[in-house]
Amino acid sequence: MSTPADIPSLEAAARRIRGEVVAMSHRAGAAHLGSALSCVDILVAAYFGVMRIDPANPDDAGRDRLILSKGHAASALYATLAERGFFPRNWLETYGKHGGRLAEQPAPRCAPGVEAATGSLGHGLPLGVGISLAGRIQRRDYRVFVVMSDGECNEGSVWEAAMFAPAQKLANLTVIIDYNRWQATGRSNEIMALDPLAKKWEAFGWRTAEVDGHDIAALTDAMTGAGSGNGSPLAIVAHTTKGKGVSFMEDDNNWHYRAPSAAELNDARAELGLAVA
Amino acid sequence: MTHVPSSDSRSPDVFADFVFFHPCYPCYPWSIPVRNAFASQLETLAATDDRIVLLSGDIGNRMFDAFKQKWPDRFYNCGIAEQSMVSMAAGMAMCGLRPFAYTIAPFITARCLEQIRVDLCYHALPVVLVGVGAGLGYAELGATHHSCEDIAMLRSLPGMTVICPGDAFEVRAAMTDVLKLEGPAYLRIGKKGEPVVHAQIPREFEIGRGLVVREGDDVCLLSTGNVLPIVCEAAGLLAQRGVSVRIVSHHTVKPLDVDLLNASFRHFPLVVTIEEHSLIGGFGSAVAEWFVDNSPRRGQLIRIGTPDAFPHETGDQDHVRAEVGLTPDAISQRVWRAWMNVAKEHALR
Repeated sequence: MSTPADIPSLEAAARRIRGEVVAMSHRAGAAHLGSALSCVDILVAAYFGVMRIDPANPDDAGRDRLILSKGHAASALYATLAERGFFPRNWLETYGKHGGRLAEQPAPRCAPGVEAATGSLGHGLPLGVGISLAGRIQRRDYRVFVVMSDGECNEGSVWEAAMFAPAQKLANLTVIIDYNRWQATGRSNEIMALDPLAKKWEAFGWRTAEVDGHDIAALTDAMTGAGSGNGSPLAIVAHTTKGKGVSFMEDDNNWHYRAPSAAELNDARAELGLAVA
Repeated sequence: MTHVPSSDSRSPDVFADFVFFHPCYPCYPWSIPVRNAFASQLETLAATDDRIVLLSGDIGNRMFDAFKQKWPDRFYNCGIAEQSMVSMAAGMAMCGLRPFAYTIAPFITARCLEQIRVDLCYHALPVVLVGVGAGLGYAELGATHHSCEDIAMLRSLPGMTVICPGDAFEVRAAMTDVLKLEGPAYLRIGKKGEPVVHAQIPREFEIGRGLVVREGDDVCLLSTGNVLPIVCEAAGLLAQRGVSVRIVSHHTVKPLDVDLLNASFRHFPLVVTIEEHSLIGGFGSAVAEWFVDNSPRRGQLIRIGTPDAFPHETGDQDHVRAEVGLTPDAISQRVWRAWMNVAKEHALR
């Protein structure tokens, strides 16, 4: 568990992770950079501030689980897991490379700490519900965190699971929605009527919280509110900016598909306060 | 059909495998509701295997009462929400549980095919999907509830085992054996009132190995799934016309029992696949694919199954079976004609 004093170091970790994510996109020519940058602080708060995990024992049966349901942001997950010590940082150089283990969207058991192969949207939440129920059946007290995108909430399977989890009083289940207000080809609220998003979850029987999705302290506080035993599951609507951390990528949906040039990578790293090649 | 006692699933002791007298020769003259056999066998297995969890897509009214009573934390009615049910089953299997996810065949297959593909097959998780009312089992509810494409869809998925038991005893045997698998399986079962073919649970039952249920010399009928009792009746009719028929229950469509197929095509001049499933992509297709790739000697292959069309006429299973040529009469006539042609060719040689 982090204490408030740790926040500056977590923010520094988030900057390093963002630097890796931009570099990975550059090297691999990989899309979805904006989506990855959007959820970095959520992942840092979870992996550094909240979750009961041991990178040396990634398969420990009692570990807290996080499923990155928005699998297209896998680069952020890989970089966070490397920063947290689940695997060597140089593995990140193989991201998107032929024959490498870190694909643009995660494959099953591709690396320590990756709980599920995601990429097709709307799978993570019901997977998390199953894991959460298994915890109850097997009398383990772990918590389950599912990170979803706002666009992902278009999928019907999300709402199937959203209706089921409160009926089972799955207090150990937390959903964090990376609400950056963009999906692949447009503003998420123009494509589907997402708003009022937190109220929707509340109406489905969830406890809800709305936080600044780039405020690691606020995220940590909100996620620490995850319960155990019987009670309402928790939905955290994290208000975020797509492309966060790099001024010329922020809230510009072109970076859903574009990969940065060498010059853009240098500019990005400079903005993040990181060493420039 | 004379009922001894009621087949009503609301009956309090539904876990007894109720026996019905059935006039169907040459099967045993009784029938066992397949879905009750499923419920009963699951209870038996769950008693000694605490990994077993039952997920229902809001069907099986009262049928699982005993299971629920014994293990309230191992039964979940997942609602009419098959996509999330399959993903939830995957999540449970990731944690070492062995979920059986149960609902009507088209809804546990077509409705949630992508969840099966990604969450079960891609992750290679040992979840058993159970589709009840396979083929035309729910004929009277209309084509929305028919399932004549499910074998085609599921056998195309990497790592999926597809099991279509021929009667209630094969269902029980398959459920025991399926727990040995380390990946996903689809158990495609009938519904109720099906005659039994075996006298008891076949001891030699093994997933991936066909069962010879009748010996003969002229024609080999390869049956998969709930059509097996009909195939037995057809064989009886052929026997009356002097054709000696071997019947194999190929309860496992994937992986195919290629050793037994080789033997069948080596020995018999005519091999016939029969299934309550579309001719596109089903068991017959699987055998035809194997046949083309392996060019076995001797046997000629014909395939019997449902046509590439939805039945639009109202009717129960027997009615729709008659419409699509899956009756003992229709099958025996089709095989008889093919057999006459084969016999003629042989005479000319």
